[in-house]
Amino acid sequence: MTDATANGKPQMLTTADGKPLKEALNRAQARARRKAFLLVLPLLAFILITFVTPIAQMLHQSVYNEGFVMHEDIGSGERTPIMTNIKTWFDENPAGTEPNEEAFAALHKDFLLLRELRAPGQAGTRVNYERGGSRSMFTKTARRAERMEAPYMEAFLDVDEEWTDPELWRVMRDASSAYTFNFYLAALDRTKNVDGEIVNVDENRQIYVKLFARTLFLSVLITFLTFLLGYPIAHLLATLPLRYSNLLMIFVLLPFWTSLLVRTTSWMVLLQSQGVVNDALVGMGLLGDDNRLQMMYNQIGTVVAMTHILLPFMVLPLYSVMRPINPSYVRAARSLGATSWTAFRRIYFPQTVPGIGAGALLVFILAVGYYITPALVGGADGQLISNLIAFHMQNSLNWSLAAALAALLLAGILILYWLYDRLIGIDNLKLG
Amino acid sequence: MADVNRDDAFVVFDRVQKSYDGETLVVKDLNLSMPRGEFLTMLGPSGSGKTTCLMMLAGFETATHGEILLGGKPINNIPPHKRGIGMVFQNYALFPHMTVAENLSFPLEVRGIDKSTREGKIKRALDMVQMGQFGNRRPAQLSGGQQQRIALARALVFEPELVLMDEPLGALDKQLREHMQFEITRLAHELGITTVYVTHDQTEALTMSDRVAVFDDGRIQQLAAPDTLYEEPQNSFVAQFIGENNTLEGVITAIKGDLCEVKLDSGEIIDAKPVNVSEVGQRTRVSIRPERVEMNRSRLQAGAHTLKAEVLEFIYMGDIFRTRLRVAGNEDFVVKTRNAPDQVRTEPGQQIEIGWLPQDCRALDA
Ligand SMILES: Nc1ncnc2c1ncn2[C@@H]1O[C@H](COP(=O)(O)OP(=O)(O)O)[C@@H](O)[C@H]1O
Ligand SMILES: [Mg+2]
Repeated sequence: MTDATANGKPQMLTTADGKPLKEALNRAQARARRKAFLLVLPLLAFILITFVTPIAQMLHQSVYNEGFVMHEDIGSGERTPIMTNIKTWFDENPAGTEPNEEAFAALHKDFLLLRELRAPGQAGTRVNYERGGSRSMFTKTARRAERMEAPYMEAFLDVDEEWTDPELWRVMRDASSAYTFNFYLAALDRTKNVDGEIVNVDENRQIYVKLFARTLFLSVLITFLTFLLGYPIAHLLATLPLRYSNLLMIFVLLPFWTSLLVRTTSWMVLLQSQGVVNDALVGMGLLGDDNRLQMMYNQIGTVVAMTHILLPFMVLPLYSVMRPINPSYVRAARSLGATSWTAFRRIYFPQTVPGIGAGALLVFILAVGYYITPALVGGADGQLISNLIAFHMQNSLNWSLAAALAALLLAGILILYWLYDRLIGIDNLKLG
Repeated sequence: MADVNRDDAFVVFDRVQKSYDGETLVVKDLNLSMPRGEFLTMLGPSGSGKTTCLMMLAGFETATHGEILLGGKPINNIPPHKRGIGMVFQNYALFPHMTVAENLSFPLEVRGIDKSTREGKIKRALDMVQMGQFGNRRPAQLSGGQQQRIALARALVFEPELVLMDEPLGALDKQLREHMQFEITRLAHELGITTVYVTHDQTEALTMSDRVAVFDDGRIQQLAAPDTLYEEPQNSFVAQFIGENNTLEGVITAIKGDLCEVKLDSGEIIDAKPVNVSEVGQRTRVSIRPERVEMNRSRLQAGAHTLKAEVLEFIYMGDIFRTRLRVAGNEDFVVKTRNAPDQVRTEPGQQIEIGWLPQDCRALDA
């Protein structure tokens, strides 16, 4: 001890039998750590398989599409590279080079392979994503490829005179490498022009940005409405004697116990133009029979039904922060000279902010990704971005675009979450 | 003092009744008048209606019947925030999302007091409770005793004339509690504030107050200065509730002037002072304080009468001896004697004779 202080260095601590203390501690804890790790392993595996992997795959899909570079035989699973010759030509010539005879010769060779593999539709579809009408050109051309003879440029133009369209060649050049950001461009209503510069798509084809904006706006609106409706309910629940508040709580939770479809369709029953609300208004003479309110298959329907469905997600966190707030705080404020409004605004309300934050975050995130309700009651202008993602998944089969849209949605939510953390602090979140 | 003239009383409860459910009265016929500057304690067991009285005064509950006057004006229809009453809650009710200084600033802000005046007052209030350094802390970063001080400072910072405190020291440990008792009375007297203090701790009530109102069953059982309360309890509840007390049960056999004769259930006949008994044949509880009983025959004064007793337990407590005796069938008869050279030290099983003066012996209701 005295030695250690004498030469100014702290003496290394050892155990009774002379081993370094740190090492001994590590060894002693290693077993416990291994055990703990083994215990969480199943959960870890579950999360990896069901959550992390699909998201990673989705993100990969959004930047990777091999429709124009690789053919996979459905039966044998054999993978054959396609369009290799034209790829070589693209690599040798810079972007914007006009296609020459050499290029068409390469393309002809590739089409022969496509024909053999019965894959022209697949390659055409990939090009079709960015340039409409290309798929039929590909199939048409492939059918006649075997009979073509040099000069190939003329032969191709014979089949379809669009074959020298610079736009087509720009798309083929991009598609010839599987990795691309073009789907993100498409998801943001952007595209590349012939020179490879990023430009807006035609005005009448700009839908995604508008839809993102609408999704954002409706989600904010719905979040705000659930707050307006949920705050008084939660307050009532929190201040009522327990036996009444438990009963009321059942009413709040009741929607959870009914199927989402039932709830949505019951709103349809209420809101449609021959529905309960309109009938009642007409019956009371407030409304003419010929100008019934259109509350269904538009944004009103989406907002009303989603507000109702998401309300419990606002009420529950609010209730959980309100219940433990001692009534003596407000009493203290009143006795100190505050009117009931001031006492609410300055004493009660600030203490409920963590609940508001949690409720708003929950409702907003759920609303942004909501699918069934807008699909059923939203009509054309009540659709949200998730409906379009579903469309690309199920109908147009442009999975890469669907993935890009979903990834943008995910990024947006993460940014909001980060903002929330910066502004309010995630530690302040109180979910229950 | 006991009967303050209603006209110059500051706080008056006039035949106040309160019921929460319309079936039972929590406060039954409360009459009370307090002069300005008085420190009055409401003392009583839990559930006796003390908090309810305080809440009616503060304006958080309305009296079901009767009138409450503050400074001569009825306040039944004045909302709480206009009553100008400072209040200290049992759980302190410090606003958790504000710092100490913001807590103190709140009553001043809602009164529209400008910033520099506010700062001065906050500083003075914090210094008053010796918490000057803690202005920037949050309540959660303070100990119980410190929170208590802040709650006190907040109730006083806007200079109310009346301060209400509902068991403010209930959550503190014994030593801190005794210290705060002293602090609170000092402040109340220095600032000349009228204080209504609620507690269920009789020591607290006796040491702090000018007057104590003993509550039981929704009524004031006795309202008096601490010494009167202790020495002259008006009924057996007060005698039992305040301080330690020995009771002997019996029947009045005769009343002669300011003394009466009581035949105890065990057969002995003793003299006592009749307090709230008036008829021969009435059952009574005779109350006598442990320190008024003498065990040393030579120290008995003239006129004392004696009774046989058996020692059951002798506890040496340093400054005093505490002896538990069987007297007239009561096995919980306690005698406290000062540790003096001529004092007897007894042993369990010993047969002794004890004695007291008849005027220390009060015949109360049974
Ligand atoms: N808000 C209330 N509603 C119904 N009953 C109450 C309420 N507050 C108090 N009581 C009842 O009134 C009685 C007196 O309570 P309280 O004034 O708090 O007594 P103390 O403060 O002396 O302990 C108790 O029986 C209590 O149950
Ligand atoms: Mg109480």
